[in-house]
Formats: sequence, C-alpha cells, structure tokens
Amino acid sequence: MTEYHRARALPWVRGLIGVAAFLLIAEVLSVTGVINRSALPPISTVLGQAVLLLGNAQFLGDLAATVEAWMAGLAITVAVGVPAGLVLGSVPGVRSATRAVVEFLRPIPPVALIPLVALVVGPGLRMNLTLVVYAAIWPVLFNTIYGLDDVDPVAKDTLRAFGFGRSDVIRRVCLPAAAPFIATGIRVASSIALIVSIATGILTGRIDGNGIGAFISDANTAGSINPALAAALWAGILGLALNALLLWAERRVLPWHHAYLEESEAAQ
Amino acid sequence: MLEVTDLTHVYGRGSGRHLAVDGISLQADQGELVSIVGPSGCGKSTVLRCIAGLLPPARGTITVNGTAVHGTVPDGLAVVFQDYSRSLYPWLSVRDNVALPLRRTRRGRAQRRGDAQQALAAVGLDDTAHRYPWQLSGGMQQRVAIARAIACDPVLLLMDEPFGSVDAQTREDLEDLVLRLRRDRGITILLVTHDIDESVYTGDRVIVLTGAPGRVRADLAVQFPEPRDQITTKELPAFVQLRTEVSRLIRGQQATADR
Amino acid sequence: MNLATAKTTRWLGRWLVLAAGTLAWQVWADWRHSAFFPPPSAIGAQMYHLWFSGPASYLSLTPSATGNILPSLARVAAGLGIAVAVGAPLGIAIGRSAAVSGYLDPLLHFGRSIPAVALVTVFIVLFKLGDQMEVAYIAFGTIWPILVNTIDGARTVDPLQVETARVFRLSAGQRLTKLIVPATMPKFFAGLRISLSLSLVLMVVAELTGSTDGIGYLINNASNSYEMTEVWAGIVLLGILGYGLNAALLGVEHHVLAWHRGARRLTN
Repeated sequence: MTEYHRARALPWVRGLIGVAAFLLIAEVLSVTGVINRSALPPISTVLGQAVLLLGNAQFLGDLAATVEAWMAGLAITVAVGVPAGLVLGSVPGVRSATRAVVEFLRPIPPVALIPLVALVVGPGLRMNLTLVVYAAIWPVLFNTIYGLDDVDPVAKDTLRAFGFGRSDVIRRVCLPAAAPFIATGIRVASSIALIVSIATGILTGRIDGNGIGAFISDANTAGSINPALAAALWAGILGLALNALLLWAERRVLPWHHAYLEESEAAQ
Repeated sequence: MLEVTDLTHVYGRGSGRHLAVDGISLQADQGELVSIVGPSGCGKSTVLRCIAGLLPPARGTITVNGTAVHGTVPDGLAVVFQDYSRSLYPWLSVRDNVALPLRRTRRGRAQRRGDAQQALAAVGLDDTAHRYPWQLSGGMQQRVAIARAIACDPVLLLMDEPFGSVDAQTREDLEDLVLRLRRDRGITILLVTHDIDESVYTGDRVIVLTGAPGRVRADLAVQFPEPRDQITTKELPAFVQLRTEVSRLIRGQQATADR
Repeated sequence: MNLATAKTTRWLGRWLVLAAGTLAWQVWADWRHSAFFPPPSAIGAQMYHLWFSGPASYLSLTPSATGNILPSLARVAAGLGIAVAVGAPLGIAIGRSAAVSGYLDPLLHFGRSIPAVALVTVFIVLFKLGDQMEVAYIAFGTIWPILVNTIDGARTVDPLQVETARVFRLSAGQRLTKLIVPATMPKFFAGLRISLSLSLVLMVVAELTGSTDGIGYLINNASNSYEMTEVWAGIVLLGILGYGLNAALLGVEHHVLAWHRGARRLTN
C-alpha cells in the first residue's frame, strides 16, 4: 500500500478502533456491574435486540410508517416553505419586519404544542404532520430567504446588461445561486421532521398512528427498556441514512456547489 | 551569529517525495541584513522555517547564536510572516498582539504594555494601540507584525516575503522601516523575498537560490553608501549592475531549467 | 433618512407585524368565539392571573409561578451548565488531537443523531422521576451540539496562528488561553445556540412524561382538563421565555464575538 492509500485509510481505521473500543468498554462496565444492569442493559443486549427488531413485523411496519410520515411532512414543508421563502425574499424589508414574530414562534418546542394541536386537529397523522411542518418549515424558509439575499449583485447586473428580463434573472441567476442554501435548509428540515415525528409518536402513543415513536411508546408502557433502546438506535441510524440520501440527491442535482457546501455547513 | 551548513529537506515519503532544499549553506554576522532571493518553488520559505525551528531539516546543521536548532524554536528569535491578516490574532487589540511574545518574559503587565507601546512607536503606530488589526490597512497591519517581532528584542529576525501582500508604495516604506530598525537596534535580519529590487536594496548580502530543489547559486556582497534611499540608491550604477546580475542569475538558471 | 431614524423604523417595523398579527387574532377571536383559539386578551389575563398576580415581595410571582416556572428554568440552566462545563473543555481537548478525534469521530457522529427524545424513558428508569432526571436528561441531550461544534472549532484553528504561537514560544497554557479558546469561540457559540433551543425542547419532553411540576406539566394538565386558555398561556409563556433566552445569548455572543464580526467583514 502506498503512502497515499495509507493516509486515506487512516481515519477509517481510527474510527473503527474507536467504535470497537467503546463497545468493549461499555460491555465490560456492564458485565462487571459498574453500570446497573437493571437500569441500563449491556450494550450487547441492546445490539442483539436491535438485530432482532429487523425480524419484527410490527417494528418494520412502524419503520415504514415513520419514513412515510417523514416523506409527507418534508414534501409539504418544501412545497410551502420554498415558494413562501422566494416570495418573502424578493420583497425588501420582509426579513426585518417578520423578525419579531419568528423569534417568538421559533423557540416554542413543537412537542409543547401537542396538547393544543391534538385538541384542534385531532390525533393521528394529521396532528403529526401539522407539528412536523410547523417545526421544519423554519430552516427551509430562512435558508431560501438567505439564499436569495446572498446572490451576487454583479452576476445579476451582468445578465441585465445583456438584455435579460427580470424573470430570466430570477431563473438563471437567483435560483441557481440560492439552490445550495435551500438544499442545506431542506436537509436540516429533514432531521427536524424525523425527530418531531418520532417525538410526537412517543408522547401520544399509538393513537397517533404507527411509527417508531409509537413503537417506543408501547415498549415504555410495557416496561421493556431493551426494545425501546434498540428502537432509539434504529432511529439514529435512520436519521443518518435519510441525511445521506438527501446529500446524495443534492450532489446529483447540484454538482457544482461544493464550495457553498462548506460555507453553509459552517453556518449551521 | 547564524550558521547554516548543508541544509537539506525533503517533503513527503515514498513515491510522493519532494526534495525542496539541497545542501544549502549560508551565514550571517551580527547586525547584518541578509536577503535571500529566488523564484517561487526554490525552497526559500522552507529554509526560513528550518532556521526558525518550525521544521526539523532532513539533513544539515543550523546554529543561532551558538545554539543548535533542530525542530525547536531557539531563544531570541522573531518571525514576520507574509500573511499578516492570519498571523495577527483578531481577538486581541493591536497593543495586546504586540505584547503577546512578551508574556514569556517575567515582566509585569504594565511593563509589558509599555514595551509594546514603545515597539509600536518605533514603527510609527503609537496611536493605534487600542484598535484591532482588522481595522487597519494592510501596510499598517504588517507594521504591527513587525512591532510584535521587535518588541521582545530579538537577536535574529526572520522575514518570510513580508511585503508580498502590500502595494508597491507601502512596500518601499516598509523596506525603509526595516533598514531603520536594523540600524537603530543592530538586529540580524534574514529577509526572504522574490522581489529582486527589494533584495538588493535592503541587503548587506544577497543570496540567490536556484529553482527546485533549492541550492545556493551565488552569495553577493552589497556595498552602497549609507543611509540608503529609495530614489538615490536605486539610481546608482552599482545598484543597477547588481540587480542585473541577480536577475541574470535567476533567469539564467530558469532558462537552463526550461531547456 | 439618516442612520438613526432608519434603525428605529426597522425596529418598529419588526414589532409592527407582531402587533398587527395579535390585533387581527383578537378581532377574529372576539367575532368567532372559538373554543380552541381564545383571544389574546383572554390569554394575557389568564397569564397574569396564573403567574404574575402574586405578592410584590415575590416579584409579583404567584406560587404557581414559583412552583413551576422557576423550577423549569433552573433545570434548564443546570442541564445546560453541565453540558457547557463538560462539553467545552472536552471538545477543545478532542479537537486539538488529530488522533483522538479520529478515534471518536464516528461515535460522536452517531451519538449526535440518536434523537434524545427517544431516550426519555431510559432516563426515567435510570434516575427515577424528579429534578435529577430532568437535569441529567437535558445535560445529556444538549452536550452533543456543543461538543461537536467545539471539536470542529478547535480542530480548525488557523495553522499560521499556531505557528505564530510556536515562533514566539508561548507556553502551552498561554497558547490555550490566548489562541485556542478565542479561536474556538465562534463555533462554540454556534453549538451553544443550538443547544439552547434543544434544552427547551427536552425540558418540555421531560415534563410531559415524567414530572409533577414545570411548564410542560402545566400545559399537559391544562390540556387534560380542556382548559384551552391555560394551554395557550403556557405556550405563549414558552415563546416569551425562548425569545428572552435566545436574545440574552445573542447579546452575550454579540459582545464576546465583536472581534469576529469585524474580522470577517474584511475577509468577505
């Protein structure tokens, strides 16, 4: 192996060692009783349970339901958030005018609205989606507005100087320039959507419909901590997978924006 | 007071090896200003970083004021980097930046501040002490960097293309500043530059490095009447002759490389 | 229009939309008498009655306020405090060591993506219901953004600045206080801002599931008794608290990172 390959492989090797060491230490701590087994099961049990869940029809159904709810929620969020952001972003002064409203609404944890939304909209998928959209729309809205803000005026002027009209400028300059920001906003919204969906499920139980949240809620009621932990593990993996999926899609649709990616990631 | 013998350095390992500097030897006496000039890629910065103790050379010896240097920064050394905006700390005021190296000394805070203020005055910036580096122009920021370098009374000052990022006008002012500081304080200075005029104008000796890998092509003595002046010195036939010589050496080497 | 009037107008404009929205809501609610959307006047009155009509010696706070709002805030403060006290130094230590961060990267990445909401029952089992559980839960959930962002900040200290410190032979301690910590501040604050919003979410989640006091508990209680105005009162309170806390943090950040804004303007 050349020096180059060795250098590339090093982070992977180190990461694997880290994970292995962590698993080993956690297991030892549990086995020797340093960590109370009745309170926190050993990691081997949790991992074993996680694998078992893959054969559990109820869990798989819940997994699918969560992904469906995520997709629906994200779709609505983007369908509402991006156009709204484009409209608001083109009107000067909108950002500062709506700052106060936004600064009050944003900090309200969506889960705090569960009691309210449950009463108004009724339990079930509708409540779940309402909360998801409410929570996830902010990053999409902001990043769209911010993305439009950030368009290079020189680029716009260049196009105008060549005789292009306003709609052309929007289509050819503003949207492509804002696209990377919007994409990042969608990715942030995606993780929020997943978390809120699962959280709602945990707090309202199966009346809210199926999903990983409902599964965990059932496990909590039954007092079985193992499936709950294992399901939480899968929730984490699902989050990573969905994020990777969106990243892949982003790279396909916007292959030219790696430099932007670094900037906006830093801003998160 | 500075002695470099057979300095050699290689970057990377295996198939990616790159010989940056090959067998460079040079020396500088107390109070001398030695300028090192050469085309890009000839390893000038590598030489400087080895002498500064930031980089242990693959081969060769470096002695600063009797102390051997090999990968550790020696005492009494100061460096001025080219990129002042990244080398000065943006969270510290100008005065705190200049006082930074003084923290090593056991002096009290008030005294450190006084020393910093003096250094700022020496570079003509005594009224900017409370401002921040990024509030100043490029030339002024580099002056702050120079003030920081002289604040701790170094015996050896290394300057790595210090005026490469400022405009020509400011460059001339800064060159004169360096000459004045050297004259007033008797510091030994090693100035790395790619600007031929600058190397001849400021140096007591000019060391010409060839292209990659870097080797010493010539070590020329400079004799101009003191004090030097941007206009009159550069008119002297001796100046024109010397800079042409240096230019030929550099170009001649390049022409050989192209062939 | 000079700069001062422009700024004032913008400031007024911000609150104008909020005020207009509240007014519109008031008018609509008075007209429709909806059970689910009481008028802002009723909500305000309820808030006063519930929490701010107490004796002057207690800053006009009622027992309900001191018994619910203060404990909630205290738990958030404690949880966040622990997260910062542990996460910041740990983040710097990990970030400065390429080896250590190599080993821990995948673990941290994964740990961060497990939704903390999914683990609330685990904490209840571990700590039993009560203050301890909530504080530990908030601390656990909020440490991740702080940790990950601080590691990133410590890792990306400009190498030229590090070389400068070496050349001027600063001691390790001086390097830490004069270079590493200030250079890491911007990214630390980015993480802290995320953690602040997260702390409110976790506070509500903890109180909705396993608590006998707190703002979340109040909202839940009110919802179970169909006291809509009280539910809204709790939600509005959360909005105000969130706004206030965020504004406070922004104020601190504004002061501490004044140099950062100035320096960045130059390079942008």
